Formats: sequence, C-alpha cells, structure tokens
Amino acid sequence: MSTQKIVVIGNGMVGQRFLEQLTSRLGSDQVEVTVFCEEPRAAYDRVQLTSFFAGKSAMDLSVVPERFFEDKAITLRLNDPVISIDRAKKTVRSARYREVPYDKLVLATGSYPFVPPIPGHDRRGCYVYRSIEDLEVIRAAAKKARIGTVVGGGLLGLEAAKALKDLGLETHVVEFAPRLMAVQLDETGGKLLQRKIEALGVTVHTSKSTKEIVNGEGHAHRMVFADGSALDTDLIVYSAGIRPHDALARASKITVGERGGISIDEYCRTSDPDIYAVGECALWNGRIFGLVAPGYQMAEIAARHVAGDGSLRFEGADMSTKLKLMGVDVASLGDAMGKTAGALDYVYTDPVQGIYKKLVVSADGKQLLGAILVGDATEYGGLLQMTLNAIPLPEHPEDLILPAREGASKGLGVDMLPAAALICSCNNVTKGGICDAVAAGCTTIGALKSTTKAGSSCGGCAPMVKQILESELRKQGVEVKNHICEHFPHSRQELFHLVRIGGLKTFGELLAKHGQGHGCDICKPAVASILASTWNEYVLKPKHAPLQDTNDRFLANMQKDGTYSIVPRVPGGEITPEKLIVLGAVAKKYNLYTKITGGQRIDLFGARVEQLPLIWRELVDAGFESGHAYGKALRTVKSCVGSTWCRYGVQDSVGMAIHLENRYRGLRSPHKLKMGVSGCTRECAEAQGKDVGVIATEKGWNLYVCGNGGIKPRHADLLANDLDDATLVKYIDRFLMFYIRTGDRLQRTSTWLDNLEGGIDYVKQVVCDDSLGIGAELEADMQKLVDTYECEWKNAINDPESLKRFRHFVNSDKPDSNVVFVAERGQIRPARDDEKDSEKEEALA
Amino acid sequence: MTARPNIDMSLKHWTPICPLDDIVPDSGVCALAGGRQVAVFRVGAAQVFAIANHDPFSKANVLSRGITGDIKGELVVASPVYKQHFRLATGQCVEDESVSVESFAVRIRNGIVEVEA
Repeated sequence: MSTQKIVVIGNGMVGQRFLEQLTSRLGSDQVEVTVFCEEPRAAYDRVQLTSFFAGKSAMDLSVVPERFFEDKAITLRLNDPVISIDRAKKTVRSARYREVPYDKLVLATGSYPFVPPIPGHDRRGCYVYRSIEDLEVIRAAAKKARIGTVVGGGLLGLEAAKALKDLGLETHVVEFAPRLMAVQLDETGGKLLQRKIEALGVTVHTSKSTKEIVNGEGHAHRMVFADGSALDTDLIVYSAGIRPHDALARASKITVGERGGISIDEYCRTSDPDIYAVGECALWNGRIFGLVAPGYQMAEIAARHVAGDGSLRFEGADMSTKLKLMGVDVASLGDAMGKTAGALDYVYTDPVQGIYKKLVVSADGKQLLGAILVGDATEYGGLLQMTLNAIPLPEHPEDLILPAREGASKGLGVDMLPAAALICSCNNVTKGGICDAVAAGCTTIGALKSTTKAGSSCGGCAPMVKQILESELRKQGVEVKNHICEHFPHSRQELFHLVRIGGLKTFGELLAKHGQGHGCDICKPAVASILASTWNEYVLKPKHAPLQDTNDRFLANMQKDGTYSIVPRVPGGEITPEKLIVLGAVAKKYNLYTKITGGQRIDLFGARVEQLPLIWRELVDAGFESGHAYGKALRTVKSCVGSTWCRYGVQDSVGMAIHLENRYRGLRSPHKLKMGVSGCTRECAEAQGKDVGVIATEKGWNLYVCGNGGIKPRHADLLANDLDDATLVKYIDRFLMFYIRTGDRLQRTSTWLDNLEGGIDYVKQVVCDDSLGIGAELEADMQKLVDTYECEWKNAINDPESLKRFRHFVNSDKPDSNVVFVAERGQIRPARDDEKDSEKEEALA
Repeated sequence: MTARPNIDMSLKHWTPICPLDDIVPDSGVCALAGGRQVAVFRVGAAQVFAIANHDPFSKANVLSRGITGDIKGELVVASPVYKQHFRLATGQCVEDESVSVESFAVRIRNGIVEVEA
C-alpha cells in the first residue's frame, strides 16, 4: 500500500491532537504528514494563555511532546500560512510558495477574535487576545499605560481582564449584555460574579454599547457609549467572542454556514469528502464549539476516519464549563438557563460568603438538567456526571447544593458512575480509564495524572479523580491508609499535629501515647524531623540521637565506604579568600578530597568518623557553621552575582540569598529544601528549579515555589509578583511552614504540590490570601525556629556526651582498617575491593 | 536464644566492651572483640545484642550506626547505607533471608557489656 499524503492546516491544540491521534494509528510508512502553521511556534495551551503573564514561558505552555515531530517524521512548516487550496489538483499552496499535494486535507484553522466594527476600533493601542504574540504586544504596551479596558465580559474577556490586572493596570471590563458571562450565567449569578470581581479591583460596566472610540483626555482613547457616558483608557483589548477562520474554505468553494464556519458531517468531513475540518473553524448542525474538549473529540473522530475507522461519530458536545476567574469559581452546565419546558429551579445563596448555586431539574423533579455555581464550584464534577449519565436525582435534590447536613454524605458517589462516564473532558479520560490505571499500579494522584493525563489540564475533575482512586483502591482490598508505618496508625501530617497540640517533645512520649512497638527506621527519622520542626531542640541530645537518620546521626554525609563528607555553610555562595584558604588548609591537613557542589559550596570527602569533631573544631574556629547537607533541611540558597556587579542585575540577589539562607538555615522539613535567588529574569541562579525560587524584577521580587531538578525536573510555579522584601519573607515563611505541616515523609515540595487538592491556586489562597486564617500562626512558628537556631556542630564539639560517639570503636582508638584510599588525579578516592589490603583483620589483631 | 552458627567455641572468650551506660538506649556502638568488629546494640534499659559490624551489601563496617527498631515484633537494625534490616537476635537479613551476618553472645556483668568473640 502506498503512503497516504496528509496535509494539516493549523497547529493549534486541536490540530496537534489530530496529529497525535493519527500517528498513534498509522505509522510513518503509511502516512506522510505535512503541517502548515501561521504562528511562529508549534501548538501551545491557549486555554492557559493568561498564565503567560503570571510568569509561564512560551515553553511551559507547549502541548507538543518532546521530539514529537522528529519521532513521527512529520514535516512542520511554522510561520507559513496556506493561501490557497486547489481541490481539482489536490494541492495546497503556502505563503512561501510551496506547493504540497494531499490525499486528505485537514483544516484546523481555529478562529479569530471578533472586533466590533465601531468607528475607531482600529486605532493604535487597540489589541486582541488570542496568541502569545498578542500577549507580547499587550505586555509591551502595558508598560506605558495606566488604564486598560477589555471589551467583552464573557469567559475570554474576563481572562484578558485578569491579564491586564496582572500587568498592574487599572482594569475595566465593558460588556454589551446586562451581566457578565451572559451565555453561561443567569442574572443572579452574573451579578454575584460582578460583585466578586469588582471586589478584586476590576471595574465592570454592563449594558454598555460602544458607539465610537476617539482621542481621550490624558489617556490615549475615549470610549463613547450609546447611553452618552464615556470611559478614558490607555489601551483596549477586544475579547468579544470568536469567529471561525473559514476564509480558505470559502475561497475554495467548500460549504460554509450562513454566519460562518465550515460545515462538517458526523465524521468531520466538509462538503469535499477528502477535506476535513476540526475545532473552532468547524460548524456542525449549525453550531460552533468554542471549547477545547469538543475540538479534541473532532480531532479523534477525523483521525480515526482517515485511518479507515468509522466507529466514532460526532454527535454534538457538552458545553459545560468550570473555571476560576480571578480566584472566583464559576461553573455552568447543561441547561443552565432552564429553557426546557416545565423546568424547575432549586436555588441556594449565601450572600455573606458570596455563593450562589442553582439546580435546574425536570418538571417531574427526577432528572437534573443543568446548574449554575458561583463562588464555590465543588459540586461541579458530581452534577456534571449526573446530567451526562442521566442518573436519577436523590430524594432531596436540594441536598446536592446545600451545605452538608450533620453526618449526611453529600453529592454523588463515584461508584454510581458507569465505566464510560467521561471524567476528564480535557483529555478524554473515562472512569474506566482511571480504574484501569489504578489496577495497573497507579496509587497516587500524581501517578494517575502522569499515566492517564486525567486532571492535568484544567484540573476541574481532580476531586473526582481522587474519589475514584480511593474507591478503586478500597475495592482492590488495598486499605487506603496513609499510616506512616506499622508503629503509628497516623499520617505524617497527623503526627505533626499530635506533637504540636499535645506538646510532645520526645519520640518515647509520642510512641507511648499514639503508637506501638519500638519504632523503626521509617518513623524514627520522620518523628525526629517533626520534633525538630516544632521544638528545634539539638538533634544529638541523647533522647533524639538514636532517632536520627544515617547522616543526621553524625552531622555529616556517609559515603559508600562508611567515611563522611563535610559541607560547611557558605550563605548565598559568597565566601572570602580567607575562608577559602581555611577550607583548603583543613582539606590538606586531613587529606580530604574536595569538590565544588551544585549548591555553590565546597564538599570535603573522606573524613573518618573520629576525625569529624577535629575538623569541625577548626572550621568553627574559622567562623564556619554546619551546612546541613546531611539533613532533610534547608540546603543552600544559590544566587547569581546580582545588581552589585552584573550589568543586567536589577536587585541585590546575593544579599537576599544570604538573608534567606541565614533565616532558614537548619530548618528541618519533610525532605530537603533548596532555594535560589536570581538578580534578573535571565535567571542565572536557576531559581525556577528550586523548592523556593526568587527572581528579581524592577519592582521587587517574583516568588516561585515547588520547582525541582533531579530525576523528575519540574519548573516552579509563580506564587506572587513584585513583592517587597518584607512580604517576600512573609510569604516564604508561610509557604515553608504550610509544607512542613502538611507534607508527607520524604515528599519534596514538587510532589507535595502535585498531590495537593487545588494545586497552586490553593497554595496561593493559603499563603497570599490567608484563606485558612493561619498566616500569622505559620509566621510565628517560623519566627520561633529562626530565634532558636543554633549551629549543631558548634553544639557537638562543645558537648562531651556527643563527642563520645564520634569514634569508630567504643573500646579502642584504632581507625577502621576497612577504610582505604588510593590516589587519583592528585587526590584520594576510596579503594576498590581488589585494591584493598587483604590483611586488614590480621593487622588489627 | 542467641544463635552461634559454626563457630569453634574453644577460640572464643568474653571481652569486656564498655559500661552499659555508655550506650545510648536504642542505639549501637562498634567494639573490637577478638580482632573482630562487633556491633553492639542496647534496646531499652538493659537488653543487649551483638552482630558483626560489617554490612555485606555495602561492604562497609557500619551496622552499629544503623537505626534500631522492630518489624512485625522482631528487633532489627537498618543498615545506614542501603537500609536492609538485620535481625538483632540472629543477624539474618529480613529482605534477603539467604544473607546473614554473624551474631555474637553478649551479656552484662557488673554494669559492663561483654561480648563473646
């Protein structure tokens, strides 16, 4: 069989999905695929576009798997729009004069923003909000602007408003309809959303029809409204809906709808059976589907059809949405407006908390038809499943939206759902798919996310994914328990509270009150860490010493041969020549192997246990402190040289790094903590790969959290922008203590965040908005730890009881004869087995 | 109940190690006894155990520096290197029962810990 030539026009999210679906069915020996893309970059997540302003880079937004085009042998032509289709010859011609033949052509041209044709709409300083390039232009323009106005109060308009707010502009939203999100919300819901958004500092103007745009006074533009009022603004962003990109189809005489959109059948074929259309450019049954999930459905159906599989047909799609607009949860599903004949409403409002919930049910009260949720959309997943799967309403439908009654379980049990129930509509994952993944060994939310992709896009289904996971594990007989080990029927988080609330200061007390047996190498170090994070007592006190993990036990890092390495603290990586000389002299005197670490410090290897106090005596005398390289604790705060020396630096990153390192030194946590401070956006300190990353801006500091290098690199998420020094420290205090309180044993901040329900938004609420009301408490707890910090090595060398343990033999001063070094590249290294002296036992005798 | 596999008793004698008080409860020390490196553990107030200090997995002499505890009621020490558990009473590895380290008889006389090696 000869290869089929496939041409795809457009590489947006839906176009990309088509490619993935196609190449998973047909190999590169069966199809030859060429993709034309008008934009300068391959597919990215347009749904998350706003996060571009919140610090994500164009790379972060990419939805193309690494090496996708290379591995699948697909030709990708970026910056090269198709300008004509010759249906008779079956070729397309691109702007760069390439003619490419096709057997099947797929139009994934998407949509363009609708700009109302009012006089003055095309003035300079008027923008649309669609691509990364649009955002870059808006960002540049915002630097010279004070007021920004968005035309359109729908979903996209409010996203754009958030972006302008993030850019620091006084933000206005102008909406033609009498309320925000007129398509999804009723009047009460729209008004509540408006109130909430106005409370965040965005001014909303509803029922405003713009008549013209003229020169403003003191500002670039004046928008003149039909009712005679006016608004002065520096820049205008149109986000008043989308129009299908169908010009190419029109010019090629392919059937389009009266009001635009390329007509398709149930296989996504256009009027030309060799040409398909998918996504927002396609018109099915007179409807355009402006969401990504229906686009993904079309992509799969078209890909299957091209591959000869007609088993799937497009039959319309659910247009339910749930999103967070500037921190406000909003959801609308099914027949939200109650247009069905005889439909009845259940309504719940909480004006104090700002919550509005409405259920639309059938005339007989048996079926849920739709719902609106504003302010709290927790029930979205359950309600959506109920409408999609026609699950009968419970006896008291109002229970579904009322605050839970005493003891009553609320909402919908996931067990009632059929296996075919679509749980994650972004990634088309069914309940059955999740169950299969759990059966195949995914036992955490993080593992499920990476295996099935469920919950990894908008995150709306995450609570439901979690319920399914727990229910499936229970069914498998896996007891869903998070007990730390057999000695305590508690999670680490619970142990933390027991220690804190009970005022327990030793492992013995905790074990006697809440545990059993002797403990083990799992619970002992975990409890030692909790005790240190809570009471901050010297870790080698006799009561604590036996609990400490390998490295903490001797305040040094054990290496493969039983010797230790030593890493003194070098805050921010700044060190004087005198101190460098001391490190060199000590290394020379004790014949230690030296290496520069990734954390801007110096590691001294090959110290025998009995040498540790001698070496540290010299280091402490020279002004060094423990670097805690041995602990699940703050390691280093890496920094670039910053504005002091660097031509590009905008803040003193070294000064801030030293300040942070000295503040959090010795802080014990569920796992090690690394930080970084960069003096400008060039990010030379690689702060976004750290648990806490700080990047200087012209206005202050951007704070990033939960990054990681290592085996599973993860870019940190932006927590807050443009902070002053005091707020930066306040937020880091809160963030770290919140993690220390709630993290699992040996859980880095990145996995902690991946498994945290609500994700980074939840962390933002807790840390920046103090939604739990524990901000002051977290800060006070941290301050207590800062105030009680002591250098452990200084303690150790001055404590005869501690010093007793730093010897290899309790009854002899001999060293361990098994420790043997040989020379390599001018330094020592541990001898291999074949190099070791075989007579060592005799020598000792 | 201390096992003594395949050892010629005639070569062994009791070596005093240290006062019991020098071993922090629920931890170990390494002693030199009869030319051997012996890890001596104290569990609670006055229970003592002795096994070889050599960790067969990492080939380092470090078992005395491990964390003691119990797994399903059996007292164990976890190797500080790769964390395998060894039964304090017999020296047998929990994760791989084909691996054992030697165990030694140990007693407390007049407050002094003694090992037979």
